[in-house]
Amino acid sequence: MRSALLTKGLSVLGVILIVLGFGADISVPSAEAGEVPKPPLVKAYKGEVCVLPVDEMRRDHARLLSHQRDETVREGIRDNKFSLAGCIDCHAVTTPDVADGKVRTVEPFCAACHAYTAVAIDCFQCHSPLAPPDIGDQATLPKDHVPLTKGILVSNNNDAVIAELERKVANVTKSGAPAQ
Amino acid sequence: MTKPSNSIDTTRRNVVKGGAAVAVIAVAPGITLRTLEANAAVKGPIGPVTNAKRWGMLIDANAPEGVWDLAIDACKTEQGWGVPAKDANPSTDPQWIRKVSIKDPKTGAKATLPVMCQHCANPPCVDVCPTGASMKRADGIVLVDKHICIGCRYCMMACPYSARSFVHEDVSGQKPYMPRGKGTVESCTFCVHRVDRGRKPACVEALNKAGSNAIMFGDLNDPKSDIARAVAKFITRRIRSDLGVEPGIHYRGI
Repeated sequence: MRSALLTKGLSVLGVILIVLGFGADISVPSAEAGEVPKPPLVKAYKGEVCVLPVDEMRRDHARLLSHQRDETVREGIRDNKFSLAGCIDCHAVTTPDVADGKVRTVEPFCAACHAYTAVAIDCFQCHSPLAPPDIGDQATLPKDHVPLTKGILVSNNNDAVIAELERKVANVTKSGAPAQ
Repeated sequence: MTKPSNSIDTTRRNVVKGGAAVAVIAVAPGITLRTLEANAAVKGPIGPVTNAKRWGMLIDANAPEGVWDLAIDACKTEQGWGVPAKDANPSTDPQWIRKVSIKDPKTGAKATLPVMCQHCANPPCVDVCPTGASMKRADGIVLVDKHICIGCRYCMMACPYSARSFVHEDVSGQKPYMPRGKGTVESCTFCVHRVDRGRKPACVEALNKAGSNAIMFGDLNDPKSDIARAVAKFITRRIRSDLGVEPGIHYRGI
């Protein structure tokens, strides 16, 4: 009992020391040093805005894809707005790792965030991640694609995108609305 | 004070009801928007399929035997199955369509015919599937939803035609329209990705290109279609019609 109290007291003291900055050198490695690097945001091949705002796509793309896959397989509804083929159409990029950069593949785009968030689902064990050669043509863009003018950020400046997202999340949490 | 005591409750209920109404209004725009969006997604240019159509085939078993190799090769090329001869393992490699030779022992008459998924109206594979992965579309095409197939192979046991195959090994080089993966069951899809866009299955198209009409494909429900008229004109048979599974594939000459 006494030793438990002692331990507790010591740990409280330790926390106080760390908070005051005394423990900086002896504490466990800082969060920054141990943090997994932020995933690189791979810019869409076509440089267009997505079918939904980026934050919605980040949050809901799995649900949207899951929904449309059932419609396509079971009801034969094709050319759906939220299709994996649509993802590949815009987001497949060339990479030296695949066929010496001669074909476009969507895998790097998906894998970047999936690795970061430890998401194990992989569509591309079965689906082909490669864009058919004829799909690089801008004329094949879906009708609801609009050129990037304002609003939704599709940028190579990853830190700015992430900071913006974090700001939004903080606002939502502060205002008491349920964070999704 | 003169009000009955329950009036307080009523008032409170009204307040609650009013509050609920406001919440609905506040939420409604978002919901409405999403509903509209979902509808817009559903109203794609193609689908959903209905039972107005019943896709079927008429296979002429009297056609020269060589045409079936053409059809099988076209299927392999289109769907991406088939293993190069040097890596082949015939006992386990997937076969979406295969040649079967038959002989009448009394007369010695022979025929060779292709057998694949018969796209039954009452498919036993769908009956037995524990996850609902094995399913029949409204237009009669029987498919495996590989997203939820667990690879139990019960459907392979149930199929009277041995039409389904299990993918035992890793697959690469899948076609964009035909995902395939180890651990799932697969079979002839009637080239559903083509049919939905108004084209014929790959085997039929290959035969037509070679000038053969040995496999006819079309809508059995449409009395004006070539296949419906042919089925109405000639005596055709369906394999194991005694089972009552109502296959969508008719054969002539067996």
